[in-house]
Amino acid sequence: MMQPVKKITSKTVVLPVKDIDTDQIVPARFLTTTSREGLGDKAFYDLRYDDEGNERPGFPLNRPEAAGCSILVAGNNFGCGSSREHAPWALLDYGFEAVVSTEIADIFRNNCLKNGLVPVVVDGTTHEWLLDNPGAELLIDVDTTTMTLPGGREIRFTLDSFGRYCLIEGLDQLGYLRNHLARIESYEQERAWKP
Amino acid sequence: MSTPTTLFEKVWADHVVVPETADTPAVIYIDLHIVHEVTTPQAFSVLREHGLPVRRPDLTLPTLDHSTPTTPVSTFKDLLVAGEGAADQVRQMERNCEEFGLDLLGYGSGRRGIVHVIGPELGATQPGKTIVCGDSHTSTHGAFGALAFGIGTTEVGHVLATQCLLQRKPKTLAVNLDGSLPHGVGAKDVILAVIGRIGVDGGTGHIIEYRGDAIRALGMEQRMTICNMSIEGGARAGMIAPDDVTFEYLHGRERAPRGAGWEAALARWKTLRTDDDAAFDRTVGIDASSLTPMVTFGTHPGMVVGIDEPVPHSDDASFRKALDYMQVEPGKPMSASAVDVVFVGSCTNGRISDIEEAANVLRGRKLADGVRMLVVPGSEMVKAEAETRGLDKIIVAAGAEWREAGCSMCIGMNGDIAQPGQLSVSTSNRNFEGRQCPGARTVLASPATAAASAVAGYVADPRKYTSQERNLTP
Repeated sequence: MMQPVKKITSKTVVLPVKDIDTDQIVPARFLTTTSREGLGDKAFYDLRYDDEGNERPGFPLNRPEAAGCSILVAGNNFGCGSSREHAPWALLDYGFEAVVSTEIADIFRNNCLKNGLVPVVVDGTTHEWLLDNPGAELLIDVDTTTMTLPGGREIRFTLDSFGRYCLIEGLDQLGYLRNHLARIESYEQERAWKP
Repeated sequence: MSTPTTLFEKVWADHVVVPETADTPAVIYIDLHIVHEVTTPQAFSVLREHGLPVRRPDLTLPTLDHSTPTTPVSTFKDLLVAGEGAADQVRQMERNCEEFGLDLLGYGSGRRGIVHVIGPELGATQPGKTIVCGDSHTSTHGAFGALAFGIGTTEVGHVLATQCLLQRKPKTLAVNLDGSLPHGVGAKDVILAVIGRIGVDGGTGHIIEYRGDAIRALGMEQRMTICNMSIEGGARAGMIAPDDVTFEYLHGRERAPRGAGWEAALARWKTLRTDDDAAFDRTVGIDASSLTPMVTFGTHPGMVVGIDEPVPHSDDASFRKALDYMQVEPGKPMSASAVDVVFVGSCTNGRISDIEEAANVLRGRKLADGVRMLVVPGSEMVKAEAETRGLDKIIVAAGAEWREAGCSMCIGMNGDIAQPGQLSVSTSNRNFEGRQCPGARTVLASPATAAASAVAGYVADPRKYTSQERNLTP
């Protein structure tokens, strides 16, 4: 069940690479699981570890200052490619609560909103500043869709109104859909053709 | 007079159960839900937790494709070759289908195959339907004028339980392809060129409609190749208006309407086109006659060049990282690269015309020394048809491996993988880092280019291996 997410305060960890696809977020060979849990160990696996399973020291998540950071700032077009929901599951299980980019791919963004991982889309200037300043302490307020930068400057970010509502309420979207069952039944009976 | 609308808007309007508002998305009805073993176990668990049935088993089409081995399978013991996790997932899918009353097209059905191959070949994919699957290449089915897109596992649960999804209406992008394709240039080259033009995020938030003479001249399998890779341009769905080519393809298929039902469907399907004055949010035009065989050089499908063109230069850090990974030098064409592995198959290029395109190049030739080639049919029906046509014999005689149906080396979940550092010319859809094995370098190309590369031992121009008169089956 999705937990409500209202405010996130954390330092950032920065992956300054464009077009990070969901295969990199969680490689396909780890998709043989039948559960949602325990994928945090697999997040960015091939970027975090070398062939022998040792940590790659240069990778931002492996640096000591990344410990405990729950805001991930990534290059443009984060989460493109495969529809695997294992990608947000892995990021959440790893400890991330928000991902920030100038653009977040459609299916990945939808999957984030279903699980309580906040997809934050910011303007190019703010994004560039965030990429240049890893470890910046941010406050992300989902309710007001604002991000407070160090020094107190507030910027607005883009978030669909329903997505925002689901995050702050921890809304079960299946329950919401099932509230429309009577209308679904009428649609099925009244439509002009049947599939 | 009513406002002119696009094909997408017509299909969307026909499926609105509850309209969207500023604060809430639309509730959209789904006509066909295709399910496979990898992205559904957690969704079935949610149904179980809530004590819910699958609302419309008759609109749900389950199969096994992603984690299944492509070596011959006679018993479940053989599934262990893909690892215990994969075997568990397949068994779990069988149990879930039994528990929820779904008719699984699994082993022994003769109908098993890649989700986006079997939907069309069974005739379940039809114009005007809404089609979803927990797989981003669901965009394939848009080739029939269906609205088809990939969804996550939570949404799979929503569709299983309610047959509906919550969706915001996307924007529209027209991609016009006018002119005729030159000899040796096919659908895969077209879509790689489109992605190269719009970029891997160019279609984000949009539905693409592919239009123009060059699209009309293509058969259904070629149209599927194009729509399949819409997601690689960031668009969740790609559509092509249905026409006589579509209707002829569907006529007589197992799950297509019959008799009076066929006539009624045909009348409805013929209305599914964009009105002349309808507006798109964006339009891109490409001259089809200017295209050449295309190959990727980087680590996403938008990093693509013509086979003769040099790899471009850029100072962008992500670009340079991609070239380092690929061990490719700017200024040189990809034809300079030696090949280790060739893969023909996947939901992009695993249909009978794709297998035939590769076999036409392989006929009477041998693979270059040291090259391994896997040819993997997209479904059991494609496999049977290829064997009826004798294509398997041509493939095996050339020294390639002829395998069982599945997703195979496209995603590498089933044990079919390249080795670290190897260069793989692949007819699949993603050249992401590590997609075919950590460290493996993937070059995306058409079946003809892949087969030519297997014979040459380096990334090769298929036009040197195919005659002008080669057979182009739809």
